This record gives sequence, structure tokens and C-alpha cells, in this order.
Amino acid sequence: MERVAIIGVGQSEFGELWEKGFREIVLKAGIEALEDAGLEGKEIEAMYVGNMSGGRYLAQEHIAALIADYSGLSQMGIPSTRVEGADASGGLALRQAFLSVASGLHDIVIAAGAEKVSDVGSEMTTDIIASSADREWEGFVGATIPALYALMARMHFTKYGTTPEDLALVSVKNHRNGALNPKAQFRREITIEDVLRSPFVAEPLRLLDCAPLSDGAAAVILANEKVAKEYTDAPVYIKACTQASDYLALQNREDITTMRAVKIAAEMAYKQSNLTPDSIDVVELHDSFTIAELIAYEDLGFVEKGRGAELIREGITSLDGSLPTNPSGGLKACGHAIGATGIRQAVEITYQLRGKAGKRQVDAETGLSLNIGGTGATAVVTIYEIG
Amino acid sequence: MIPRFWRKIKYRYDIVGSICESCGSKFYPPRNFCPVCRRKSRIKEQRFNGRGKILSYTVVHDTPDEFKLNKPYVVALIELDDGPIITSQVVCGPNEVEVGMRVVKAFRKYFEDGDDGVIYYGTKFIPEDKSMESVSSNSSN
Repeated sequence: MERVAIIGVGQSEFGELWEKGFREIVLKAGIEALEDAGLEGKEIEAMYVGNMSGGRYLAQEHIAALIADYSGLSQMGIPSTRVEGADASGGLALRQAFLSVASGLHDIVIAAGAEKVSDVGSEMTTDIIASSADREWEGFVGATIPALYALMARMHFTKYGTTPEDLALVSVKNHRNGALNPKAQFRREITIEDVLRSPFVAEPLRLLDCAPLSDGAAAVILANEKVAKEYTDAPVYIKACTQASDYLALQNREDITTMRAVKIAAEMAYKQSNLTPDSIDVVELHDSFTIAELIAYEDLGFVEKGRGAELIREGITSLDGSLPTNPSGGLKACGHAIGATGIRQAVEITYQLRGKAGKRQVDAETGLSLNIGGTGATAVVTIYEIG
Repeated sequence: MIPRFWRKIKYRYDIVGSICESCGSKFYPPRNFCPVCRRKSRIKEQRFNGRGKILSYTVVHDTPDEFKLNKPYVVALIELDDGPIITSQVVCGPNEVEVGMRVVKAFRKYFEDGDDGVIYYGTKFIPEDKSMESVSSNSSN
């Protein structure tokens, strides 16, 4: 396998971007990535796009062709492919791009992720994201996505003694980080009391335990290490990019306090990169709900099963802790632009490893990102190292 | 959506799932392929008796449109005594439900397509200690 480096990154702001269309936000992220890499555009050999549901959010399919068109890449006729894995779509696009360079087929490719959710009403937005779980057997009985994560939270409370206050701490931390990120959707701090006073969405999860659904786009340019040095002095190498699956519905899983796909993908990623959880310096993970962050601490091997809450209580995952997690603000505060999130995480890790993350900068040489689809039926783990 | 619902009526109106006679795994909803045995699967349809206990639950406040009139409602993961784990609604007050509570299946309405649309029925669960009174009062929930 060829070594693969990130040579350019770009990101639109995340949020309710009423005045901006899908094409504009994608173009913003893409152009920023090209400028960052110092590319003209004609060097790009292929494009991979993560998008969950253009068909329902925009009534527009054929998203890969649309994006290639508007970013000027169809003029060159390069292949452009959309991949879908619910809110892990961005992670899948990153992985497909990675594989195409690692295999030696391409030298320079672009991976983008984009979602525009605010053109439909909030009822419809929620219904569309609900399709990331089992529509016929979970959706039918009114088990919304927050409800399914609530079932996991309750089980974690019962088995391991995790509390609503522990969940609130995750939200408080991620808002504190998001306040330092100019591209974040929510740039304000909140308190534990704010979280615990917010209305219930699905008990025990409250409004401030849930990430928003956002508009946004992100792009990364990957290159074979042989050409990467021509474009950047600070290539960020992708040491591993792994993916795993689990049963779609929670009811079929052996233990809902763990996401088996995350564990499998993480174990493969550590093995392929010859790294251990101890050697990771910074993490971006999929906190679509606060409970997901605690479960991810455990499944990524940072702490043993059931003890995830200790990391948040002791401040270990804060910006000034030994394992800063979601310095961007995570999905909760930076925003969750569904198909863009997996790419947005790679953008943040790249900023961090280059030392260009501004006020939220942490000291890091290796990073890890975790992107999850739905309630964990798809997981993508990526490990990065600065060259 | 109606044909999609109609095809599964048999499995929704009662708890009809399947069992793999090769390994004994039980499935709800039914599978026609056993994920453990794969090509060696020997799948047979099976009706489960519909008693079990709550493993985890949530009270849903932010509800999809079709459930607006029921809110808040309880959704639980229920481990059946003789079968697999099932996701279902539990017909009880938000303060009555708890982990470990015994429940029994009941045929109930889920939602309807507007005022003159199709009514979607299915299986819900009721607390075991209320199952007798519920039968006599014929709850409409």
C-alpha cells in the first residue's frame, strides 16, 4: 500500500445557512481545500462525496455529478462518486478516497462531504434522519433516533451507574470548545444547569444532550506521499482508515452499551497503524448525543467498558487534559451536517496536527477520528500522524 | 407505505418471528437467513408467547407527527421469556415504567394516516399486573 497524506483541507461554516444553497457551501469548502493545498484543480484525478440524503433534503439525486460540475471538475471528466452510510457518509467518502490513493491507482483525489438540511421543515428533517435506523421495526413503533440513544443511555445508567450529570458534562465541554471555533454553529458556553433544565427529547436525554442537524460542507485533498511534499511542508499522514458494520436495529445487538462496529474498526486501525490508544493525542468523535461520546471513549479503548464517565468527570478529555476530545466543539457545538461530519472531523484533526487550530489548539502529533452512522451500524475510524 | 406495511401485518399483529433450527437462534422481526449459520440456516416461523421484561426504556417527548396525540409515550427494549429482544411501545404512564418491569403483549393501534387514512395497528406491551383489568376495560390506546 502507498502512504497517503492530507495536503489540503477546507470547511464551510456549519449551521442554519438560510441564505446559502447546497452548491455554494460545497464550493466554499472545495475552494478552500484547493487553496490550502496550492492546487489549481486540474491535478485532481477523482472525487468522492459523502451525502446522506440529497434525495429527500433537496429532492436532488446524482449529487456526485452535481458537485463535480459546480466545482469545475466535470470539465476534466474525472470520476465522481457519492457514497452513503447515513451520518457516516463523510467517513465513507474519506475511506474510499484513501483506498484509491493507497492502492496506487490515483496520486491526488478529493473527498468531500455535504448536507443541506434547512430547505425542509424540522419535522421532515427529523423524519429523514430517522431513516438511518430500521424504519420498519424501530421507526414504526415511534423509536426515533434520540429515543434509541436514550435506550442506550438508560442501559448504561443501569449497568454502570453513569448519570445525567455525566452526560451534561460532555455537552458543557463541547460547547466550551465550540465557543473557540469560528466555524462552529454554537459559539457559546453553557452550564450543567442549562443542560439539566433543558426539555426532555427522549428521557433521559434532554435537548442539550442532542447535536443539532446542520447545513455544512467540508473537503480534504489526499495525495500519495511521493507527490505530497511538492504541495506542503506539513503533510498529515493517514495511518489507517477502517470501517465496520453492526446490526441495523438495536434489538438485534448483544449489548447496547457498546458499539461493536466502533470496537472492530478501532482495533483494526490500531493494528494497521502500530499505535495504541495511549499514543493518541487528540480525538474528534461522533457525539450526536452525549451518551455516544462516553460509549465511544470505552469502545475506542481509552478506558475500560463502563468507565467512560470518569474521563469527562476528571477533565481528561478537556482541551487542557491529556486526551482532548472534540476540540472543534464536536457535533454538539460545531454542528452536525450529517454527510459532511466525517470529513469535517478530518479537517479539524489536520488543523490540530499542523498547529493551526487557533485558540483551541492542543499539543498533538497523532490524532483519531470516529464517524458513526445511525445508532452505530456503520463506524469509520481514522488515525492520523503529522509527517 | 401501505403495501410495505401490509406485507408485514402477520408479524406485527402478533409476535411472529423465526427460529433457526440449526443453532436455535430466535429472531424478531423474522429473518429468512440466520446470521450465525448463514448457508446452513434452517429457518422456521415461530410465534412467541409475548411475555417478558423491560431491559431499557425511554419516554419520548419530541415525537414524530403521527404520534403527536400520544405524547409522551414509552418505548422499551423488551426481552421476551421465550425469544429475542423486541422494540415496542409500552402502554403505561411515564412514571409507571421501570427497568425489570414484567410486561405482556397487547394488540393496539399505533397511528393513522390523517382523518380518513389507513389505521396502523400492531403489538404493544402492557404491564403484566394490569393485563387483566386492561382486557376488561378495552383500552383504546
